[in-house]
Amino acid sequence: MATYNLKINGQTKQVDVDPATPMLWVLREHLNMPGTKYGCGVAMCGACTIHVNGSAVRSCQLPVSAIGTSEITTIEGLSEKGDHPVQKAWIELDVPQCGYCQAGQIMTAAALLRTNPNPTDAQIEAAMNGNLCRCGTYLRIKAAIKSAAKQV
Amino acid sequence: MEKIKTNYSRRSFLKSTALAGGGLMISFSLVPEFLLAAKKNGTDLPGQWIELTGYVKITPDNNIKIICPNPEFGQNVMTSLPMIVAEELDVDWKNVIVEMGPHDNVKYGPQFVGGSNSMRMYWKPLREAGAAARHMLVEAAAQTWGVPVEEVTTKAGMLYHEKTGKSGKYGDFASKASAIPIPKGIKPKDLKNLYLVRTSRKNVEGLNIVTGKPLFGLDYTQDGMLIAMIHHPPAFGMKLKSFDASETLKMPGIKDVFNIKLYDEGSELGGFDIRTFNDLLVVVGNTTWEVMNARKKLNVQWEAAGETKETHNMFGRKMEVIIPGALESSDSSYKMMMERAKEPATLLRKDGDPETAFKNAAQVIERTYNGPFLPHNCMEPMNFFAHVTDEKALLAGPLQAPGWIEPTLSKVLKMPPDKIEIRMTRMGGGFGLRAYGHYLAEAALISRQIKAPVKLVYSREDDMTYGIYRPLYTATYRAALDANKNLIAFHVKGGGMPEHAIAANRFPAGAVDNYLAEGWELPSNVTVGAFRAPRSNFNAVAEQSFLDELAETMGRDPIELRLSLLKRAKENPVGKNNDYDPDRYAAVLTMVKEKSGWNNPEHKKYSRGVAAYFCHNSYAAHVVDIVKRDGQPYVERVYSAIDCGIVINPDAAANMVQGAVVDGIGNSFYGGMILREGVPEQNNFNRYRMIRFREAPKKIEVYFVQNDIDPTGLGEPPFPPVFGAVANALYKNMGKRFYDQPFNKDFSDGVNLKPQRKA
Ligand code: FES
Ligand code: FES
Repeated sequence: MATYNLKINGQTKQVDVDPATPMLWVLREHLNMPGTKYGCGVAMCGACTIHVNGSAVRSCQLPVSAIGTSEITTIEGLSEKGDHPVQKAWIELDVPQCGYCQAGQIMTAAALLRTNPNPTDAQIEAAMNGNLCRCGTYLRIKAAIKSAAKQV
Repeated sequence: MEKIKTNYSRRSFLKSTALAGGGLMISFSLVPEFLLAAKKNGTDLPGQWIELTGYVKITPDNNIKIICPNPEFGQNVMTSLPMIVAEELDVDWKNVIVEMGPHDNVKYGPQFVGGSNSMRMYWKPLREAGAAARHMLVEAAAQTWGVPVEEVTTKAGMLYHEKTGKSGKYGDFASKASAIPIPKGIKPKDLKNLYLVRTSRKNVEGLNIVTGKPLFGLDYTQDGMLIAMIHHPPAFGMKLKSFDASETLKMPGIKDVFNIKLYDEGSELGGFDIRTFNDLLVVVGNTTWEVMNARKKLNVQWEAAGETKETHNMFGRKMEVIIPGALESSDSSYKMMMERAKEPATLLRKDGDPETAFKNAAQVIERTYNGPFLPHNCMEPMNFFAHVTDEKALLAGPLQAPGWIEPTLSKVLKMPPDKIEIRMTRMGGGFGLRAYGHYLAEAALISRQIKAPVKLVYSREDDMTYGIYRPLYTATYRAALDANKNLIAFHVKGGGMPEHAIAANRFPAGAVDNYLAEGWELPSNVTVGAFRAPRSNFNAVAEQSFLDELAETMGRDPIELRLSLLKRAKENPVGKNNDYDPDRYAAVLTMVKEKSGWNNPEHKKYSRGVAAYFCHNSYAAHVVDIVKRDGQPYVERVYSAIDCGIVINPDAAANMVQGAVVDGIGNSFYGGMILREGVPEQNNFNRYRMIRFREAPKKIEVYFVQNDIDPTGLGEPPFPPVFGAVANALYKNMGKRFYDQPFNKDFSDGVNLKPQRKA
């Protein structure tokens, strides 16, 4: 067990956990922030995607001990009222079906648009290929990213 | 070879249930008792919900709440079912709050998600429920104003009496209305007056989803809740022999390790009580991560389960089932199936004299198609919360059929149903798997054992290797042609482990003078269950690929051949019990032909494949356009034509069809679970390939046939024909026919997995 002061969504949160614990479980079970999802635990589905200093990272593979002073953003903190351009586009295009993968999709998409506000189709594909959607909403995800790109 | 001990292969209940699809329809009507149940009369406190009917609540300040009776797994019923009520109630949709109802089969009907049943089952009752509530409000206003009921009108949550100029909000009359007996037989409005149904409305949970609200079962939590995981045997056909948990118990956060039985020895299993393993080795601790790690330290001995016997009660039909003990491997299972296929089978349907027709044929074509076990791979792994005390049991989580598991829970807990409360969370996918409630019973027994609230969590590996897969299928199709290349006989003989997929009364039955359908089954210890459009999702690829090859052999266009057979089935049908409507079937084919510009030379850069299918009361046809990309076939575009009757929420419906298309491409290209000595070879997404973003088509155009037929279901029907259309387009693209799923084993692009299923 070790104590960590984590910067999450602009606040400092203290946790006392085993250093090897992945951020996914720290968020979900120690900090009661279950928006970040468990899908595979082996970095193959993207459901657990969060931002570390603005970049998309699979939190199931990220031990809490590796965070240090990095700034973490989760789906709960992407925007205050759910009005990040990516979230708005997701609602506008009615992207989700079951919705389980969507927090991860949105976090990956938001990180892409942050560094590349005008991505090509190929760049969108490359960024999103690690996020599985079992319900098959890929086309709407792509359309929503393009729509959001006009707004960021 | 395994000796077959029984004609009933285990778990062959699929065909007898609503999940199997076809003509079966679950329906119920809203008897007044439903509506009156738990009805509470008025109050005038603002903010206080006044219940008008079981489905409608209104506050004095005119907030409208509509209860969704059926669980949500992405088919968007939480939006579309309440839309039906709102339409008849006559309220402004933007003021409606939707709430998932509790499990209550008296008040809310079957509450069963599966078999593409939700809309079909609830369309009429919900229209009645909305119309009844509106009528009560109208009557309350008429009484208050002292005017005739017929003269009171409504619009968008308001009541009006034109002659006196009186008006008021629904909320003003809700209290009075709630005291009025719920009227029977109020006629819903004429379809041409619909203002809400048939318009696109956004997912009512959209904002909650995109902001990461705790909607799913895995998000459910409660004070003092522990986490449990089950360590199940590594192979089908094995069971727990002994274990040493001393190392596990030393790990941080671990509370207990124990072994319990799910069902008592000799107990009778209901239709959806499938479970793969009965002897449960359970690890309980504080957090999922701790339990996952500690579980790895278990020292466990497994042993062969051997042949076992079960008693099943399939909705009243009792049977003894022998489950074989052998550790099965996919390649040897296929060999066994090929051997079995040569033997006689059960006659399912016969028209005319197929034997003679085949004997006299100028040409016979025969092809065999195979399909592997398919795991559902719901994005949210199986899980459930349970808190069981001596007094009551609370269960909360994702499930498709609360009404089916409740009697089972009552039996395993030895507790009357009225002490069992089941709460339905949003599901991260279902695809049929969540109709099987074993994981609720497991969670409940674990909670009782450790005397604490507990959430049972399946890891992805647990989930993928647990079974309840689509069965292993094979089918051989034969067609006889005369010297003029006319189709004179058709024969299908299908088999499976542990059940076959053949639907004997489906097209082209009814369109061919001499027709024969047969089926056979081999037992297996691999558990199987409903997988999105069970059976149909195999038939549609086998039959629709065969028709394509047949059309080619006959020198006919594949759409034109199908249309001519459907014409025959309509004008002069062969035999009885044909379960499809030839007109609706032909209409989706005609529509997809037109919308896709079939045969139009401007599309010649594409390898085009077509398929159509009927199941779960609806009709679907697709044209799939394949190109080569980086040397590999890629489905770039799809055109879909669907007839599911009235479309409640068109854009959401289109979303579901697009999803079914992506799912169909993914499962036909990549889907397949391989077993070696009973061990599932793939256990996570690094080894089991799923369709990804880059492999999804660039465009899927969805068209619905416009008609006034009551909704006939949409979750499953678009899915099966995708497989067939993909196979037919692949033939054009690759110059060879595809008979075995997954198709990519013949064109592997080397990303992962090149399953070698057949010996
Ligand atoms: S849970 Fe982290 S990538 Fe799947
Ligand atoms: S919306 Fe269900 S997994 Fe993506």
